[in-house]
Amino acid sequence: MKITEEMVDYISVLSRLKPEPEEKAQLATELERIVSYMDVLNRLDTAGVEPLSHVFPIKNVMRPDLPCPSLPREGLLKNAPSEDPEAFLVPKAVE
Amino acid sequence: MTWETVIGLETHVELATRTKIFCSCTTEFGGAPNTHCCPVCTGMPGTLPVLNEKVLEFAVKAGLALDGEITHHCKFDRKNYFYPDLPKAYQVSQLYLPIVRNGKVPIRTQSGTEKIIRIHELHMEEDAGKLVHDPWLDQTRCDYNRCGVPLIEIVTEPDFRTAEEVIAYLEKLRSTLQYLGVSDCKMQEGSLRCDVNLSVRPAGSAQLGTRTEMKNLNSFKAIARAIAYESRRQVELIEEGKRVVQETRRWDDNKDATFAMRSKENAQDYRYFPEPDIPPLEITQEYLDHIRKELPEMAEHKLIRYQAEFGLPLYDAQMLTGQKALADFFEACAALGSDPKQVSNWIMGPLMGQLSAKGLEAKDMALSPATLARLISLVKAGQLNRNTAVKVFEAVFDQDGDVDTYISAHGLAQVNDPDALAAAVEKVFSANPQSIEDFRSGKEKAFGFLVGQVMRELRGKANPQAVNQAIRDKLNS
Repeated sequence: MKITEEMVDYISVLSRLKPEPEEKAQLATELERIVSYMDVLNRLDTAGVEPLSHVFPIKNVMRPDLPCPSLPREGLLKNAPSEDPEAFLVPKAVE
Repeated sequence: MTWETVIGLETHVELATRTKIFCSCTTEFGGAPNTHCCPVCTGMPGTLPVLNEKVLEFAVKAGLALDGEITHHCKFDRKNYFYPDLPKAYQVSQLYLPIVRNGKVPIRTQSGTEKIIRIHELHMEEDAGKLVHDPWLDQTRCDYNRCGVPLIEIVTEPDFRTAEEVIAYLEKLRSTLQYLGVSDCKMQEGSLRCDVNLSVRPAGSAQLGTRTEMKNLNSFKAIARAIAYESRRQVELIEEGKRVVQETRRWDDNKDATFAMRSKENAQDYRYFPEPDIPPLEITQEYLDHIRKELPEMAEHKLIRYQAEFGLPLYDAQMLTGQKALADFFEACAALGSDPKQVSNWIMGPLMGQLSAKGLEAKDMALSPATLARLISLVKAGQLNRNTAVKVFEAVFDQDGDVDTYISAHGLAQVNDPDALAAAVEKVFSANPQSIEDFRSGKEKAFGFLVGQVMRELRGKANPQAVNQAIRDKLNS
């Protein structure tokens, strides 16, 4: 599959990334190499094979609707990139 | 040219489970920011979400009640987007195999139009967190208490033509989900949210116009006004020779207008793929039969039964079955032996009056069926007159106070003593000879005055029929 620089631009928008103009050609080449790996799978004949949505033969894994204590907020917020005493803080993002 | 408005709805309903969809954090509303969160619902690396069995049960119940087909092999998908209301950068939802397809909702509008609204699909997904944008700093605060609260999204076909039909559908949907007990459907708390997809086309045309999606509609009134506004806006654009842009628009309730939020032409590409953390679901016929058995009696069925079994007029049956809490209350009073029509009159009159005066929902009131049943039996036994009973009702309503205690504490029992009545009539007649003269010369009004005076004499506690009779007898003697 051919990856063009336009496709790199489009994927950049979706991923909120801003590659430098001079990086785009290299990214296109690398992405193309990665995607071409999938061609290995395409060589297999999958006619008549049921599509699989999960790799393990398990189903209906559920839990009862019983509340457990949540994580104390102080501990939770230790994982935040930035925080105040009550909340995670992120750069302003208005849709 | 005459234009036709075409509308489809996407309704998000928060399910009334105790815990979130993929973790055991509470779903309770309110709570200080980020106190109902854990590593799963805040998307920490290495965590494993596990589906809440109640979410599946509620979604299947809703699907059966909306006459839909249940998908026997069902799974979840990831909807990828980068916005901080979802810390995982994707929402676990269902795209390829939603739990329910092809439902039907029959509606009847206020003006009498009857039609079937087709349900395209119903799927399960997780709610997002709440963002508060700092007005001064370049900063957004994230509260993930709502993140992971279970939702069902119910998507209709573009079957609506008027705001009236939309409201009729939403009222029906709300009542159905409340009857099922799967959601409390409170718009003000966001447990029922509705996005409106709307386009216009020349009347009679079979082709759909370009649609816009409206968000932030927080009340039925806002929905009706937004539909009127957006239809007009699109018609004006087309008549000016411009075109409608496919986009998401935000309704501003204060400005009474919609505003563009984001253009659909610009990268709304969610890159859906199967959710690898949640194994697929297989819904057996046995499971469905079990759920079907648990479905409560729905409003339409009660509507017919109330007329047949209790002899109620259609209007009463509609009012009582409109809200599950009222229907339950009614049935409980009837089971206690109260006359059904009396109970209905009390509910539609004083009870609903109290609810609207206090801004309460029927399901939140303290009043017990036993209290109303007691009042009705006292009136029937002639121990309380109807006007006094309404006063007692209003006094005990808030706390479900004891009727008999209140009546004896305030000396309100009806006076059925014939001697006391006769004495009062005597006293009023001798004090008002002019009124008696007036009545005899044909002024019917004077009769009412005499009744009022006797009632006052007995401090409102007399049986009105007995007073009427006593005065008639005296006038005719």
